[in-house]
Amino acid sequence: MDAKKSQKIAFGVLLATTLAVVLPVLFIIMIIIKEGITAINWRFLTTMPSNGMRSGGIFPAIVGTIYLVLLSVAIALPVGVMAAIYLNEYAKDNILTRIIKLSIVNLAGVPSVVYGLFGLGLFVIFLKFGVCLLSGALTLAIMELPVIITTSKEALSTVPLSFREVSLSLGVSRWQTIRYAVLPHALPGIMTGTILSISRIAGETAPILFTAAAFYLPRLPGSLFDQIMVLPYHLFIISTQIPNMPSKSTYGTALVLLILVLMMNFTAIVVRTYFRMNKKW
Amino acid sequence: MVAKITVNNLSCRFGKSQSVKKLDLTVLENEILGIIGPSNSGKTTFLRALNRLNELHPHYKQQGEIFIDGKNILLEDPELLRKRVGMVFALPLSLPLSVVENVIYGPKRHGVKSKKELEELAERCLRSASLWEEVKDRLNGAALKLSGGQQQRLCLARTLAVEPEIILFDEPCSGLDPLSTAKVEETMVELKEKYTLVLVTNNVKQASRVCDRTAFFLMGELIEIDKTEKIFISPEDKRTEEYVTGRFG
Repeated sequence: MDAKKSQKIAFGVLLATTLAVVLPVLFIIMIIIKEGITAINWRFLTTMPSNGMRSGGIFPAIVGTIYLVLLSVAIALPVGVMAAIYLNEYAKDNILTRIIKLSIVNLAGVPSVVYGLFGLGLFVIFLKFGVCLLSGALTLAIMELPVIITTSKEALSTVPLSFREVSLSLGVSRWQTIRYAVLPHALPGIMTGTILSISRIAGETAPILFTAAAFYLPRLPGSLFDQIMVLPYHLFIISTQIPNMPSKSTYGTALVLLILVLMMNFTAIVVRTYFRMNKKW
Repeated sequence: MVAKITVNNLSCRFGKSQSVKKLDLTVLENEILGIIGPSNSGKTTFLRALNRLNELHPHYKQQGEIFIDGKNILLEDPELLRKRVGMVFALPLSLPLSVVENVIYGPKRHGVKSKKELEELAERCLRSASLWEEVKDRLNGAALKLSGGQQQRLCLARTLAVEPEIILFDEPCSGLDPLSTAKVEETMVELKEKYTLVLVTNNVKQASRVCDRTAFFLMGELIEIDKTEKIFISPEDKRTEEYVTGRFG
C-alpha cells in the first residue's frame, strides 16, 4: 500500500470516529424534539400539573429550576471569585495553598449523589433548614465552587503581569491594583466559567433529591424554606413513578430542560465571543 | 549637587542567581544618571530595587541599604515610596483604557475625585510628556491605538501624574523608532529641571546624548561611574572602554 492510500484510510478512520461523537448528540436532540415538540404549548409551560401530574403543565418545575439555579450561583459566585483572587494574587506557594488546591480538585471529582447526602446531613438535618430551596441551592453552590474557582483563577492569570506592575509602580495598593487593573479584564472569563457551571448543575438530580425537590407541589415557592419542584427531578418522577404517564409530556419536559441548558451554554458562548472581539490587548 | 539616592553595598539575588553584587552608588538631585552595560549585568534589577518592585518576585533577596533623601527605603511604606519614585517600563505598557484614563489612573486611586482637577492634571502631565498636541483631540480614544512612541510618552505622563520626585526609565526606547526616541530623549532632558532621572539603556549612544553621568555595569558589578564625557572619551577601566567603543557587548 502506498503512502497516499494509507493516509486516505487513516483520515477516513479519524473522520468516522469523530462523527461517532457527534451522532449521539444529534440522535438525542432529534428524538427528544420529535417526541416532545407536540407537548409544548403555552398551557404546558405556564400551568400547574394536574390529575396526578398526568396532565396540566410544568410551570412550577420551570420556576423552581430557575430559582434554584439563580440562588445557588448568587451564593457560589462571590465565594468562588474571592477564593480565586486569593489563590491567584495573594497565596504563597506553601503547604496550606497546596492543600487548598488539592481540595478544589477533589471537590470537582466528588460524585453528585454524595453532595446530595452531604447537603442532607449539613443543611437539612444539622442546620435544620429542612428540605427546601435554600438547602438545595447551598448544596448546588458547593458543587459549582470548583468550576467557578478554577475558571476564575484561569481568567485572572491570563491578565498580563505587566498591568499589575504598572499599577503598583504608581504607588497603588495591591488591593486597588486587583480591583482596577486586574479584575475588570478577567471579568469575561469569570462570567463564561460561571454560566457554564450553571448549565452543568441545572440538570443535576442527585444533589437536590434529598435537599430541595418536592414530588408534587402545584404551587410556586413562597420563601427560601419552601420545597420546590425542579425539572430534572420531575422528569425522573414522571418517567418512573407515575403509571399511564403520556410519553408526550415526558419528552416535552426533557425538551424544556434541554432548551434551558442549551440556552445557558449559548449565552456563555455569546459573552465569550463578544469580549474576545472587543479584547483590548 | 545634593545626593538624592545613596546606595550602600547593595546585593540582590533571585533564588540562586545573584544579579547585583555589592554595589555602591550615588544619584545626584536633578541629574540624569545613565546606566549602561550588556544584558544580564544587573541594570534592571538595580533600577527595580529603587522602587522595591523586585519584592514582587517570590524568591527575591536583598542585602545592603538604599537611602532616598537620607531615609532608608526599606523602612518606608512601599506604596508611598513608589509614589515618589516613578517608573517607565521597557515596553510601552498602556493599560487598556482611554488616553486620559491612563494618565489619571494613579491620582484617581490615590483619592483625587474632582473631575476638573483630574482634567487639568491630565493636560499638564501630557504637556510635560510632550504629547498633548498629538492627543488633545482623542483623549477619550483607546490608548492602545496610539503609536509606540506616543504610548511611551503616555506612560511617562501617567508616571508624572502621581507627582514623583525620581523617575526610573528602564530602556524606555528599546521598542521605538529613531524619531520617537528623539522625542522621548528631548522630554527627558526637559524633565531634569524638576526631577531626578535614572536611565537604564542598552543604547550606548543614547546615554552619551542625554546623561550627565554614566555608570557602567558588568555581571552585576559597578565597574565605573563618572561624568558622561569622561566615560566615553577617557574611561579608567579597560572594559568600559571596550564596551562603549563597541568592541564587546
